[in-house]
Amino acid sequence: MAKTSRRKLLKGAAASVSTLALAATPLSRAIPVQASEAIGPAPGVLARRGRNLSAALAERGAPSGGLLPATHAISVPLPTGSGTAVAAQQAAASAESSVVRMQAELKRAMEKPIAQRKWTMVIDQRKCVGCSACTVACIAENNLPPGIAYRPVLEEEIGEYPKVTRRFTPRPCMHCDEPPCVPVCPVGATYKRPDGVVVINYDRCIGCRYCIVACPYGARSFDFGEHYTDGTPGRQPYEESPALEYGKEWSRSSVEGITRKCHFCVHRLNAGMLPACVTTCIGEATYFGDLNDPESLVTELVTSGRAVRLKEELGTKPNVYYLV
Amino acid sequence: MSAKVLKSAFWGVGVALVLAGSWAWIDRWVNGEKNANYGSLVPWGLWVAAYIYFIGLSAGSFLVSSLVYVFQLKRFESIGRLALFSAVVTLILALLSISADLGHPFRAWHVLVYPNFGSPMAWMIWLYSAYFAVIMLELWFVLRYDLVVASKSAGFRGTFYRMLVFGSRDESPETLASDRQIVRILATIGVPVAIMFHGGVGALFGVISARPAWHGGLFPILFLVSALASGGALLAIVSAVFQDGLRRNRDTVLALGTLVLGLLAIDLLLQISETLVGFYGNEPARIANLKTIYGGPYWWVFWVWQLGLGTLVPLALLVLPATRKDPRVVAGACGLIAVGFLAVRLNIVIPGLADEQLAGLSEAFSSPRLTTDYVPSTIEFLFTAGLVGIGLLLFGLGEWLMPHGGEPSAGEAPAVGTEGSHVTA
Ligand code: SF4
Ligand code: SF4
Repeated sequence: MAKTSRRKLLKGAAASVSTLALAATPLSRAIPVQASEAIGPAPGVLARRGRNLSAALAERGAPSGGLLPATHAISVPLPTGSGTAVAAQQAAASAESSVVRMQAELKRAMEKPIAQRKWTMVIDQRKCVGCSACTVACIAENNLPPGIAYRPVLEEEIGEYPKVTRRFTPRPCMHCDEPPCVPVCPVGATYKRPDGVVVINYDRCIGCRYCIVACPYGARSFDFGEHYTDGTPGRQPYEESPALEYGKEWSRSSVEGITRKCHFCVHRLNAGMLPACVTTCIGEATYFGDLNDPESLVTELVTSGRAVRLKEELGTKPNVYYLV
Repeated sequence: MSAKVLKSAFWGVGVALVLAGSWAWIDRWVNGEKNANYGSLVPWGLWVAAYIYFIGLSAGSFLVSSLVYVFQLKRFESIGRLALFSAVVTLILALLSISADLGHPFRAWHVLVYPNFGSPMAWMIWLYSAYFAVIMLELWFVLRYDLVVASKSAGFRGTFYRMLVFGSRDESPETLASDRQIVRILATIGVPVAIMFHGGVGALFGVISARPAWHGGLFPILFLVSALASGGALLAIVSAVFQDGLRRNRDTVLALGTLVLGLLAIDLLLQISETLVGFYGNEPARIANLKTIYGGPYWWVFWVWQLGLGTLVPLALLVLPATRKDPRVVAGACGLIAVGFLAVRLNIVIPGLADEQLAGLSEAFSSPRLTTDYVPSTIEFLFTAGLVGIGLLLFGLGEWLMPHGGEPSAGEAPAVGTEGSHVTA
């Protein structure tokens, strides 16, 4: 594993902005990426529709780096005083994109039976710049209507001028191990998959919104059937195009009047791709992987001593961690 | 004002409200919930509050009817059938309200086919389906004899009653006795079902640890007591108005007034306990909730509607020697209480939700669906007003068409003579 000191990283970062040919990067990795290896079914729907760039890239065997591959060039330097987490941090912020490493780990995880995976997300709040690129990427990926954002970025201002700072908290679904949203559903429409992802059966949901009430993180949204171009001279066709969640084509009307939420992009995972918010994060502040894999980046980060979870006192056991 | 004018006014208001409500009803089916103002932060609004209000009235009325049909209390005998009828009417209103609130009302059968019995909501739906069946059957058996007698009358009424008796022609005293037996059994089944399902409605809120304002063991109890108080209050006003009730049910109205007074006092005690413990505990979410109730944009719903008109004024009227013996005043006071409980329900549902789950949630993404400021939309108000109109019309039809039975007239000691004498409508 490449060990780059902070100083070296900073120097290298400036020089390497233009040399980040993603295809070359994996070659220097300790864990080789076998890009051509089959990992589950090809992203049939996605590729056929040619809907998004990452899908097309994955089809060609390219690791999915998102639209901004040069992400680590703008990595925020580590603040001093986080000595215990240095190794993990260096791994995360090393000259090779963490996205590439996570991509390889994703493939490894997808080879295991589903019950042996434990999908986990780690968000570094010191690196998040509050740009909301993940929010937007998610909306585009899942074709979300007005009023629904699976992953908004919460902003807080701390302190008073001149000693003031801001904290950004991207808030996906926590995919709790003890999800309060699941037992309350009267029809069992929402449930936890063996790999830890909390999903909703859109065909089963009756739209009672009890789960929205029960979620302590505000992570669920009701689809009111609205369109961004309502009230304009004409509703635009893109708003009527289907959502591709859970690997199915959901027509616009089929998801109206039900509850929707973040699903860790399981349709992308099945296609060997990282969630859209991860590959789009300009600060490389969002990590994703298998917590059951002791070698994975998320395992390193979760055990770094910096990881906390939201509302731990409720016993929900979230699978989303924050590095503070 | 003459009785006739009052009656026309009653029908006029009922029809007007239903007409206004039909517009909202059509909008709901054409546009879905687009024109409702709740969202993903305050996911339940007026329609859910109205639902728990009506369903509380139903459970309360039914439990009062059980005083007659299970516990054989003569004092309330004259309003037994009316209590059952009120339970049916308000249950229908509750179901209409919640059907508009569901995103997919036509998937309601999923609850029967794919039930998750870990969910208080699934329990509630199963139990009120059972409850609906029980009270409909019970009401039919209570009325059967009178309907059979009445079905001999000529014209529209005769035809109408003949439809309702489903072929039953039996007027023998044995059948009448067996009817009473069946009613008693149904009522006895109904009592635990009603307690479970309305306690279940309280549990539906009480189990949610994500909402500290609701979370706790008191909620199911509080819901039951509120149901009894509001249901009893509704009955007092209805039995004073219905079929010349003030004359026929004079003493029963006064007795209901006393019953409601006691229940309201217990309800108040529980609410004060909740509030004081909430304040003293100083838990931020509870405090925020109480502040929203007492000092938020809807402060008047609490101070004026719930506390003033819904509690203090009627309490005074029911306690003061000058007024507590006048059945008209008692009925009016109970009317205020019955309406006041809608404010209680609103203050449970809406402030309990109108708090950010995480700091900054309402500003993170701009949308009217992602805000903690909830004001019901015109469509929501009209829809609920329409339900009230449907309720008025159903009570109006009931008063017009329900066989009177043999209740004694005013002044007489109730109960004697109820057994055998049945007068046609
Ligand atoms: S964050 Fe909310 S929606 Fe997601 S699993 Fe936990 S309780 Fe359910
Ligand atoms: S809104 Fe849908 S998923 Fe949520 S509790 Fe109701 S039926 Fe279940």
